[in-house]
Amino acid sequence: MPYFGSEEMVKELKRALSNPNVQADRLRYKNYITKVIRYMTQGLDVSALFMDMVKASATVDIAQKKLVYLYMCTYASDKPDLALLAINTLRKDCADPNPMVRGLALRNMCNFRMPGMTEYIEQPIVAGLRDKASYVRRVAVLGCAKMHSLQPNTDIDGTIVNELYALLRDPDPVVVVNCLRALEEILKDEGGVVINKPIAHHLLNRMKDLDSWAQSEVLTFLLRYRPRSDDELFDILSLLDSFLQSAHAHVAVATLRLFLQLASAHPAVQADALLCTSAPLLATCGAASRELRFAGLCHVQQVMRSQPGLFGTHYKRFFCGYSEPTYIKFRKMEILVELVNDENVALVLEELRSYCTDVSPELAQAAIAAIGRIAQTYSEKCLDILTGLLALKQDHITSAVIQMFRDLVWFCPQSTAAVCQTVEACVDSPQDSEALLWLLGEHGDQISSAPYVMEGYIDGLKTELSSAVKMELLTASVKMFLCRPAETQDMLGRLLHYCIEEESDVCVRDRALLCYRLLQRGVEETRKVVTGPKSDPSMSVLTGRQEEPISQWASTFNTLGPLSGCDLCPQTAVISAADQPSSSAEKELLPESTDVTLSSPDDTEEEISLSLGPPLSHETFEKMWLDLEILQRQTMGFPRPRTALDTLQAALQLVKIQTLAFTPGATVPWKAYIYTRSTGTLILAELLQGDQHAPGIDESLVVSVKQQPVNQHAIRGFVSILKGVLQTLNVDSS
Amino acid sequence: MISQIFILSSKGDHLIYKDYHIIMKHFRGEASKDSINVFYEMVTALSGDQTPVVMVHLCSHKDLHFIHVRQGGLYWVASTKTNPSPFTIIEFLNRLAALTKDYCGSLSEKSVRMNFALIYELLDEMVDFGYIQTTSTDILKNFIQTEAVSSKPFSLFDLSNVGLFGAETQQSKVAPSVAASRPIMSSRGEQSGKNEIFVDVIERLSVVIGSKGVLMKSDIQGEIRIKCFLPTSSEMRIGLNEELSIGKSQQKGYSSAVRVDECRFHQAVKLDEFDTFRILKVCPSQGEQTVMQYQLCDELPCAPPFQLFPSVQKDYYIVTSQLLFFTFSCSTALNVSITVPVPKGSVSMSQELSSPDQTAELQPKNKALLWEIPRFPGGAQLSALFKVDVPGLSSASLLEVGPVSMSFELAKQTCSGLQIRFLRLAPTQTGLSQRWVRYVTHSDSYTIRI
Repeated sequence: MPYFGSEEMVKELKRALSNPNVQADRLRYKNYITKVIRYMTQGLDVSALFMDMVKASATVDIAQKKLVYLYMCTYASDKPDLALLAINTLRKDCADPNPMVRGLALRNMCNFRMPGMTEYIEQPIVAGLRDKASYVRRVAVLGCAKMHSLQPNTDIDGTIVNELYALLRDPDPVVVVNCLRALEEILKDEGGVVINKPIAHHLLNRMKDLDSWAQSEVLTFLLRYRPRSDDELFDILSLLDSFLQSAHAHVAVATLRLFLQLASAHPAVQADALLCTSAPLLATCGAASRELRFAGLCHVQQVMRSQPGLFGTHYKRFFCGYSEPTYIKFRKMEILVELVNDENVALVLEELRSYCTDVSPELAQAAIAAIGRIAQTYSEKCLDILTGLLALKQDHITSAVIQMFRDLVWFCPQSTAAVCQTVEACVDSPQDSEALLWLLGEHGDQISSAPYVMEGYIDGLKTELSSAVKMELLTASVKMFLCRPAETQDMLGRLLHYCIEEESDVCVRDRALLCYRLLQRGVEETRKVVTGPKSDPSMSVLTGRQEEPISQWASTFNTLGPLSGCDLCPQTAVISAADQPSSSAEKELLPESTDVTLSSPDDTEEEISLSLGPPLSHETFEKMWLDLEILQRQTMGFPRPRTALDTLQAALQLVKIQTLAFTPGATVPWKAYIYTRSTGTLILAELLQGDQHAPGIDESLVVSVKQQPVNQHAIRGFVSILKGVLQTLNVDSS
Repeated sequence: MISQIFILSSKGDHLIYKDYHIIMKHFRGEASKDSINVFYEMVTALSGDQTPVVMVHLCSHKDLHFIHVRQGGLYWVASTKTNPSPFTIIEFLNRLAALTKDYCGSLSEKSVRMNFALIYELLDEMVDFGYIQTTSTDILKNFIQTEAVSSKPFSLFDLSNVGLFGAETQQSKVAPSVAASRPIMSSRGEQSGKNEIFVDVIERLSVVIGSKGVLMKSDIQGEIRIKCFLPTSSEMRIGLNEELSIGKSQQKGYSSAVRVDECRFHQAVKLDEFDTFRILKVCPSQGEQTVMQYQLCDELPCAPPFQLFPSVQKDYYIVTSQLLFFTFSCSTALNVSITVPVPKGSVSMSQELSSPDQTAELQPKNKALLWEIPRFPGGAQLSALFKVDVPGLSSASLLEVGPVSMSFELAKQTCSGLQIRFLRLAPTQTGLSQRWVRYVTHSDSYTIRI
């Protein structure tokens, strides 16, 4: 936040800090230092005071030291030459008899972000690792990780790694956990810290000494350990049993995740663990902190994917509190819909019914949608409620109810008669046009007033803005014409005339022309084309619900994945799933594992799934293509398929690869730009044939791949899929 | 692993900003501070149905996740580039807010602004390189040097707050409500440095009462919280009701036993005497901590605290009369507010209230009328008659009246019946220490269908 006169302020502070009178008065001096930090927090650039602050660091007042260090860490990289002056003081402090001063100095020295720091901090860190005060050891252990991150590309220092492994046996619990963290960072490229049997058992035995934060972190590290035998497995599980009931939600959930992973071959154990943790999970759903509530609800939803019955008796816990924020209420309603059964359906519906008149239209519509989903199983009760809501004559409610009617008719044909009756009664004030038109067109034979309602729409066509409504109106009118020709013929004619002659929207015009030509072919032909199935009960959401295996979601359990909500941002959930640093490391560490969740390396390329996602504009593509580096360039070894380019495009589309642009078939060099998405990354690629710069291979196709963010696994998968398609096409065309 | 921690005011001012991670240097300088602004823009642009707890900022290098909680009107935000446990981060941020409250006395923009040096110091010790080191006050107190600046405005009205929570000790003295909101580390020699310990039994009640007065859902989430100002910790024994039974299986006939469904304890609590004598032994560390959490579902040992007898008639106006009855005789309800939804398009309202201190107003924007009773004595009965003018009234409009929701605070009362029999400090404790036991019940959600 830039302030007016900030330069003046800095000058004034500088004057004050260098004033000997101020320096003599400790309290006043400290006040000025505090002021500097305050401005720094507000975003003001006070780096000009670096010299004065370095002077201020030579003090016995620890509180003042801390403030000055905070300042120096922030600006050290901007003023590396001045920061070197401070290092002497810091190194002197590292040898102070007071462990607090030693730790403080060491921690801050490691936080300096400037090149060449390593040579100054290496010796104090090594000394700190052997310090007799645990406070200093804690700092020194993390200092190793900081030192490594200063020069991420240098070789790993074997002696430090060994020392850190030895410090895993330290009596201080925080030192132990810090060692794990530091090793994880330093050995990131090699797959992180190795958890072998002695380390795992040592950690398990230390669990009781750790505080809750350390416990949940150690539990996460233990995820990568695989017990050698069932006996060992059950020993571990019984050691951890008490943590499932921990008062800290984060420990209970981390333990559950470990249970689910370790006992993946023992479904009964998994079920027991889930049952045990259901109490703490439910408690978080009612926690005072609403953020914690939300996290709890998201994880309950995940558990319910495999064990829908687990929370059945606790359905009342998911009734919404009136003061809860909307995003919590949405989750609760989603859960309630899943929990409905014969006993509680009346109560749940009554509860949902009371949300339908909520002041927030989004919430009301979500509640109606929830009732609509329950209606697919308990149609009678729900229809009464939905019909009752229509009487309120409020736009957002009516439109949501009609949409639900449409879905209901589609999924449960048996409720058609009842819905038609209701629609018949309420159509005097139609709101949601598309859903209503669909209902009228599809079931016009059962709604006596249908043609008149539709006529109202056709008469008001000039003022209708939405082209989707117009398209739906065309289809519905044609359908209506097929079952009630006498009443519809005239208005259909008017509608077609308007849409063909006066409509400016090309899509609507084309649809109208299509209808017109279809009708020219005769009624029977039209009937064959226009009328499809009137319902599809097989798609019903509730009846078709499958219990997923736990392994489907166990890997994202207790991560940000369930919280970031797939519907909100489609990429997020996938990213977090793919992004786990541990999973890839696990695979490399445990090649001999026979666990079902891990696939052998040969399968992984097949496993990759591509998706189209939202389309990319040419400009975006071009910008990204220029920004990114080529990650892989590969010669395919065969020429471009001799099929038509449309066929190529269609074939690529089939495997979810989108073609952005290509040069005409005969040009040399021939180029095509394609893109796709996979587990959170966007892959861009160029196909090139006949490159002048690389003569000799001009007959063969070259693919260059760029990607954001980088995921080599996805690239390999993409290239192999692409290769497969092109080869298939080649075989077909020859 | 946490990359940054920052605290923002509700207006987006930067109060505290700490960047832990060196990886951030990839977009250091202007951009690293920028992430605060990115966060604030994202959080203020959210509509009500979007989930603010986790937000993703897609940036060039690697996605930055923001996780935040709101406490005391402030945003407490952690950002991370990895995929950590959301429970850990959220609980940590809550703990940070609680510690800030312990150290600064209260939690507000002002207290954070005044004590920013102290909070930086706390953060420095709590998190190193993005890893949580410790959050225990016992350890932290050795390292924290800065003293809190307490922000207590002088106010004449403070006196009226005396006895907001009743205290039931042997002397039956009354602790002023503000007594517990002061910094745990106060400068020596001041009058505020009293050796005090507060044990609070706090229950949150969520109740749904059906249209015919039937109790449809009742749910109590309770906790015993200790706020300790003793300089040194020694073992304390907390005696609960001897007849307390836990779990459904132990219920014996129609005895008047106090029952909870399940309970969980802080890991420092020693339970060796709990099974036989219902005594918790704990060495409280300075500051606030929750020693026991319990919950009770569906079977309240007493009648719900409020009974509402509403009647709604459709006339030219909608007439609703509400008769509110407070069933607890020995307690007082404070800040009772009742929200009655009214049909859309209500324009005006006339009211008849049974006593002058009550207020009622129509809030057309929220489609509701708000009836407020600042103080509701035990066993009393209040009535109100509202006439709401709704143009274009139809019989369907009555559907929109209800459900009524209430919020209130009950002092000196727990709904589960859980009591603290005694509170004993170890005899080694030197100096005089004052012990306070307070009971309070909050309405988490109290809904009455019409």
